[in-house]
Amino acid sequence: MGTSTNNNDSSNDIPCSYIPVPDSLDAAGAMAEPRRQVKGLLVILCGLLVLFLLVAFNGSYRGSNNAHEQASLAAALTSIVDEKSTSSETVPSSSTWSRGVSAGVSEKSNWLFSSNNGEMYPWNNSMLSWQRTAFHFQPEKNWMNDPNGPLYYKGWYHFFYQYNPNAAVWGDIVWGHAISRDLIHWQHLPLAMVADQWYDKNGVWTGSATILPNGKIIMLYTGSTNESVQVQNLAYPADPSDPLLIDWVKYPSNPVLFPPPGIGATDFRDPTTAWLTSEGKWRITIGSKLNKTGIALVYDTLDFKTYEQIEGFLRAVPTTGMWECVDFFPVSKEVENGLNTSVNGAGVKHVMKVSLDDDRHDYYSIGSYDEKNVKFIPDDVDNDVGVGLRYDYGVFYASKTFFDDSKRRRVLWGWIGESDAEYADVAKGWASLQGIPRTVTLDTKTGSNLIQWPVEEVESLRLRSDEFKDLKAKPGSVVPIDVGTATQLDIVAEFEIEKEELEKATSESNVDYYSCESSGGAAHRGALGPFGLLVLADDGLSEYTPVYFYVIKGSDGNLKTSFCSDQSRSSVASDVVKKTFGSLVPVLEGEKFSVRILVDHSIVESFAQGGRTTVTSRVYPTRAIYGAARLFFFNNATAASVTASLKVWQMNSAFIRPYNPDQTN
Amino acid sequence: MTNLKTTTTLFFFLFLIVMTSLPSITLCDEKLIESTCRQTPNFNLCVQSLKSFPGSATADVRGLGLIMVKVMQSKANDAINKIRELQRSAPSPALTSCASKYNAIVVGDIPEANEAFSKGMPKFAENGANDAANEATFCENGFNGRSPLTQQNNAMRDVAAITAAIARQLL
Repeated sequence: MGTSTNNNDSSNDIPCSYIPVPDSLDAAGAMAEPRRQVKGLLVILCGLLVLFLLVAFNGSYRGSNNAHEQASLAAALTSIVDEKSTSSETVPSSSTWSRGVSAGVSEKSNWLFSSNNGEMYPWNNSMLSWQRTAFHFQPEKNWMNDPNGPLYYKGWYHFFYQYNPNAAVWGDIVWGHAISRDLIHWQHLPLAMVADQWYDKNGVWTGSATILPNGKIIMLYTGSTNESVQVQNLAYPADPSDPLLIDWVKYPSNPVLFPPPGIGATDFRDPTTAWLTSEGKWRITIGSKLNKTGIALVYDTLDFKTYEQIEGFLRAVPTTGMWECVDFFPVSKEVENGLNTSVNGAGVKHVMKVSLDDDRHDYYSIGSYDEKNVKFIPDDVDNDVGVGLRYDYGVFYASKTFFDDSKRRRVLWGWIGESDAEYADVAKGWASLQGIPRTVTLDTKTGSNLIQWPVEEVESLRLRSDEFKDLKAKPGSVVPIDVGTATQLDIVAEFEIEKEELEKATSESNVDYYSCESSGGAAHRGALGPFGLLVLADDGLSEYTPVYFYVIKGSDGNLKTSFCSDQSRSSVASDVVKKTFGSLVPVLEGEKFSVRILVDHSIVESFAQGGRTTVTSRVYPTRAIYGAARLFFFNNATAASVTASLKVWQMNSAFIRPYNPDQTN
Repeated sequence: MTNLKTTTTLFFFLFLIVMTSLPSITLCDEKLIESTCRQTPNFNLCVQSLKSFPGSATADVRGLGLIMVKVMQSKANDAINKIRELQRSAPSPALTSCASKYNAIVVGDIPEANEAFSKGMPKFAENGANDAANEATFCENGFNGRSPLTQQNNAMRDVAAITAAIARQLL
């Protein structure tokens, strides 16, 4: 019959002659049993697959895991999401862009939102060739950057430098070489080192010299390897008896240092001159960074071939970024001389200097060297390494000192880049200068800054001089200084402000000090400034570069002086940098305002208060050139009259040229 | 059984969701493109430019910089071609001046940026890229408002600005 029931009546146990129909009624149900098992398997497999995908998915997905995010990611596949609607850190569109997070400026920064007036293409060969300097170091053509391994040896000053033999822009870097008897008259020698090893194939970069007590020269430099890893290499003169040091040998087992663990392969460069430790080892420091903290690594060595890394850092300062071209040296508190790099002890302060990659400026800090703990401790953390004082408030980077044993002075070299456009550099066939070498000493009057001054040998270039005493300029006036042409000058000037006006002047309550950079330049007048000199000016004053002082009376009644160089009217061409550079300068009781200015065609180097604050700038006039360049004394203050006394020398050329063995000296 | 059906359906939908999210696994490397581009003046152009080059998905920031230099090269070529065309039909001092600007970009800025990115000296990549943007603007301004090269100059300037911003991220 159709249905069967469990027949509990044992007496009715009849043997089945057909397959009993189970309780679920339909025909499909009759096949359910085996299919259920297969389905179960399928479900499990599916689940495993899903599980697997989820795990794989989670493993590589860095975002959040909610379904909404997943859905919008899918949408992103087909269209670019408009970030403006989702991100709060959007950088504005190109027409109004800012410089980004850091206030850093590159050498050729995006300065076009400054004035658009002026001529777009006034440059001719006459103007461009005028730009070449008469007495500043520069190769005959092409690009130069960092000073390398400066040293004095067997009667000659040697200067090496980063050089591109092929173009007027950075690239293909090798070591240029020049010699001089007096740091001023240079003769070019053949390239000292080229990129001929795997460990410097991608760049023979910056380095420093150490002269051992026995007179042996050690050169340590950074190489960029064929895989662009930054390593340190050892080189030395091929023939120490050759005073010209023409040929150099690279240590066969280079590199001597690789980036240590935790340091980026491209964050390890510019080894310093070594100094002796009290244990008789040689010690060097190399700049680097960890995220955005600038650091200085320390290594000890006995033979410059094998090194031991000292734990920790000589100094580390957050937010300063990569430290390039670290320099570390002692200065005397007691005597005017420079000191050998190994000197330490009472009567000595130490200076730590870095070049910040982020803003292309050189900073120094004065403090103490704790030799035992291998630490530099700044005297004033507000003026710590990378955040305090700068060597120079204009264009000045990758600087490096060396101890000149022959005259017992510490001499500073600095790279001065261009402030014009690349097309002009291509047209004129060269780019960059070195500043006039400067002596560096501690300012014993203030104790808190260095003094820099052009080496005395530059005075050997002085030709005839003109002297002017007690010239008076009323508020808002310009006084011509008749010296004939004014393109190669050494100027020493002193200024005094009318005393009554100084006393009468009211305190500025809302400003701490006058900021050169944001001032808008010498056109903006105050009661006690600006006043100074107009260099590279033309008769009609259509082009001029003010180098000036600006005095304010602070809220405490004390005078605060700023010293600036203003390029905003330096040229009618609009494709040159038109910024104003400068800083505060300490002016002590009884001191007049004093400045020394070296004018040499397209470079102006200014030293205020005997070298407490310096500003180097590059200027590219189109009219105030050759015989048309003039010098003026100006006073753009509103209240005070200013009296000036100055002496101006015409400067000879240094006749920098290739070395000729037949010529003497 | 309804239980099984529900479970299967559930699994099926779960499977679907996962499958549609799968592409995000490859998108993960493009997160670098997006985060890098977010720190440039023109996010959209940056992403577009980078994604148009193969290899951008797996490049590091330095590699993205190198790709942008290639983009700069192509914009410079566009401008130079247009300048040549115009020099035949409507020569002018402004046009000649533009030729010298773009020449500087091609012989100076682009090789500098290329070498700087590849050799690990981003500072000079930023210099080269910034200068290229400047040169394009000088070219544009030389026409005093009636420039035939506005599109090319804007394109050059915009990609150069992006390249400079990428270099800054490597400092």
